[in-house]
Amino acid sequence: MISALAIMALGAVVLGAALGYASIRFRVEGDPLVEKIEAILPQTQCGQCGYPGCKPYAAAISAGEADINLCPPGGMDGVRKLADLLGREVKPLEAEEKPKQIAIIDEQTCIGCTLCIQACPVDAIVGAAKQMHTIIEPLCTGCELCVKPCPVECISMQPIAENIDNWKWKYPVFEIKRAA
Amino acid sequence: MLAKLFRFKGGVKPQTNKAISVHEPIGRAPLPARLFVPLHQSIGGAPNPLVQAGDSVLKGQLIGAADAWVSAAVHAPTSGRVLAVEEHVAAHPSGLPTLCVVIEPDGRDEWIERRPVDHHSLPPERVRELLRDAGVVGLGGAAFPSHAKLTPARAVAMEHLVINGAECEPFMTCDDMLMRERADEIVRGIAIFRELLSAREVLIGIEDNKQEAIAAMQEAVLRLAPDYRVVAVPTRYPAGGAKQLIRVLTGKEVPASRRSTELGVQCFNVATVYTAYRALACGEPVLSRIVTLTGNVERPRNWEVWLGTPMREVVALARPRADSSSFLMGGPMMGFEIPDLDAPVVKATNCIIAASPALFPPPPPEMPCIRCGACAEACPHELQPFELYWFARARNFGKTQEYYIFDCIECGCCSYVCPSHIPLVQYFRFAKSEIWAREREKQAADAAKERFELRNARAEREQAEKAERLARAASAKASEKRAPPDPGNKPAPESAPAVDQPPAAAGEVAMTAGDAEAIRKAAIAAAIERARSQRESAQPRNTDRLSAGQQREIAAVEARRAARSTAATAAASGTAAATDSGGAAVPPAGSRRDD
Amino acid sequence: MTHYIFLLVGAVLVNNVVLVKILGLCPFMGVSRKLETAFGMGAATTFVLTVATGASYIIDRYLLLPFGLEYLRTLSFIVTIAAIVQLTEMVIQKTSPLLHQVLGIYLPLITTNCAVLGVPLLNIANRHDFVESLLFGAGSAIGFSFVLVLFAGIRERVEGADVPPHFRGAAIAMVTAGLMSLAFMGFAGLDRYQ
Repeated sequence: MISALAIMALGAVVLGAALGYASIRFRVEGDPLVEKIEAILPQTQCGQCGYPGCKPYAAAISAGEADINLCPPGGMDGVRKLADLLGREVKPLEAEEKPKQIAIIDEQTCIGCTLCIQACPVDAIVGAAKQMHTIIEPLCTGCELCVKPCPVECISMQPIAENIDNWKWKYPVFEIKRAA
Repeated sequence: MLAKLFRFKGGVKPQTNKAISVHEPIGRAPLPARLFVPLHQSIGGAPNPLVQAGDSVLKGQLIGAADAWVSAAVHAPTSGRVLAVEEHVAAHPSGLPTLCVVIEPDGRDEWIERRPVDHHSLPPERVRELLRDAGVVGLGGAAFPSHAKLTPARAVAMEHLVINGAECEPFMTCDDMLMRERADEIVRGIAIFRELLSAREVLIGIEDNKQEAIAAMQEAVLRLAPDYRVVAVPTRYPAGGAKQLIRVLTGKEVPASRRSTELGVQCFNVATVYTAYRALACGEPVLSRIVTLTGNVERPRNWEVWLGTPMREVVALARPRADSSSFLMGGPMMGFEIPDLDAPVVKATNCIIAASPALFPPPPPEMPCIRCGACAEACPHELQPFELYWFARARNFGKTQEYYIFDCIECGCCSYVCPSHIPLVQYFRFAKSEIWAREREKQAADAAKERFELRNARAEREQAEKAERLARAASAKASEKRAPPDPGNKPAPESAPAVDQPPAAAGEVAMTAGDAEAIRKAAIAAAIERARSQRESAQPRNTDRLSAGQQREIAAVEARRAARSTAATAAASGTAAATDSGGAAVPPAGSRRDD
Repeated sequence: MTHYIFLLVGAVLVNNVVLVKILGLCPFMGVSRKLETAFGMGAATTFVLTVATGASYIIDRYLLLPFGLEYLRTLSFIVTIAAIVQLTEMVIQKTSPLLHQVLGIYLPLITTNCAVLGVPLLNIANRHDFVESLLFGAGSAIGFSFVLVLFAGIRERVEGADVPPHFRGAAIAMVTAGLMSLAFMGFAGLDRYQ
């Protein structure tokens, strides 16, 4: 009994010491996983996940603090990619998935308060105090962060219309009626 | 002149159906009541409109200038009045609209001043610019701007110039008729291209089922340039594919995702060469093209059609039979169903086929892939379509790229031979456009991330500057306290970080520190009130008191915005810098308010 | 010499740790969705399993047996394996970030891989000496990687197949694994020429 305890204790001490030494000797700064996760996130910086941006969310996922299904702009596609990378189960998205949108400023109503410019995380709004603001459409990530601050509610979210440049060939559909 | 010919792997031999449309010479299609000339007719950047509603244009006048190096100009096909610059359905499988210049012909067909040039006397760069400004693009169907292909590779000497008269698509005869009727111009055009590329040898490849065209070209070559070689190539689809024809004529195989220039070969379509000749020697930009009208029609024939003519009017020339169910643009192998006959003829429209259930019976239902390998045998690019299909179907796009999906030229050989009637090419197109979309999203995300990081860095810097200023002000105050107060020398109120904002502005709601909160709230309230009253007074566009010049400017900007020009992206990089200096950016002119 | 070769080949094919002994099924099902990850997992397991068999042999032979503590085998082996995995991960992360990126998240998973515990225990049950233990460990690990990669290749194909909806995912993977197991039973015939 004593020898058993002694041997297990010895083992614990030896292995613990080895691991402790290794964790100091082989310390690595930064987490390469965070970068990989961040590359999957859509970089809208919208904060809908509850974290102040895509990078903090990536760090939270990497640390195991956050679930992988909190990013509505990334959609189910993003969840699937994260699950693939991390070897976790695919989970349905927390919020509902929306089509890609961009913000539109109603230029008649805008009073030029610059609040939306300050809210935009990706510098996609131009304008100056007392001047009308407008959104640079190709740069808008659709994060909706500018909608709330507007005091005159002149910003609305609109789905991106299909045009010739972003049109996609559809998945070939098998017509069951014809086969029958 | 016996030439050794090579073979490309794969290919199929569909029924050619070419004989029906070569009985009559090329006809000149009448001018329609309205021309819808799309501004974006080539691969590359979309040209910006140079005209606006109400302008009168002359035949050959530039209406859209090339936007980038890989882009080609667009011209008015006839003289008349511009009715509008607006969105109109495009000759595109999606049936979505694109920006078009709508011209009402005045019937006079009055030319702008034509300036023929002698290309010998000009430097090659100038000739390439002229070709771009004449709107010369590949007329085989891809519409790639030709001038961009006319720069010889620096490392490799140009060995062969291949002129593509193969025209392997069934039904199509526009190149055939062009070679029969206008061989001289083609041969003269080849001379221009040869000089630009300083190519050692010229090979004109024509499929051996076009004996008249071969004879006509040979006769013209003998007369004008005896050292060109007209080569009859075996009829086998897709012998007219650039890489296939290069393989057959020179034996060179263009490796995956490399350009033929790197091997010292360049390939042009005969119609392209013809338009290039017209552009330089006659000063006539590309205003029309030859279109084969065939299929289920009473009068199959080739017509020279003005670009921008609605397809409905073009099709009527051939008198389609009553049972025609749909119309294809391009050949039956690679073409697509025209979603709307209001779409105009563009530079890529080489053929319009009236389809009927009898002519093109609906494909039998798709059956499971049995991995017989027939598609791999037929593939002229030596791909493995069954693997590509498998992964495209499973939406495993990474794998499709590993199997070189982007080397697929969508020739349709695999679908043609598939015993299970699987629409393989549709799967490949689907996979390709999904990959492109993802690529775009990825790039947008990367750019957004970069801007976000820049913004954060800027915010940090501003914070630090503000803190520094506050500290300075505090220390100044402290020293002031120590010294006797001097009423004339107050420390400047350093709290507002925005530098050049007018003081006492009622609508001013920039960041102000501390006690300005109440003022700010009042200002917002006032602004909301004003906004509401303004909305009630309902000025639809705020543009009714503008001068004609301003209105024109606005219209131009609106049109540009609709065209989604890349300029916006460029402006974006400026934005970060502009908003940087405390929000002093000027709003775009198109949205200027006049109150 | 032939004895060792037979031991190795037997461990890889005839007594395949996954398909015949049915050990280590959770990484086999969990990490076989993509070929690349299967390669990573296979490499990591091969390394850890070989080291673990050696280490556990030494512990058993020189620590547990002399003191008559055989009943502590499972416990001490698990602790040893966990420590080896942790050490390996730290060393790899420091010395080769690239390899760590490939193996990355699979390394900790090996701790709970029952094959890694099962093979040292089998070694003792079969009274293997040190060299035999190492060979058996390496053979089992190679067999595991081999089967994992094969299985991942099949699963990548199955992704595109017309599997009835209720069979998608784990269900069809189980069926596939069962068929593979049947196929590996065929290697039992190699025994006859031993």
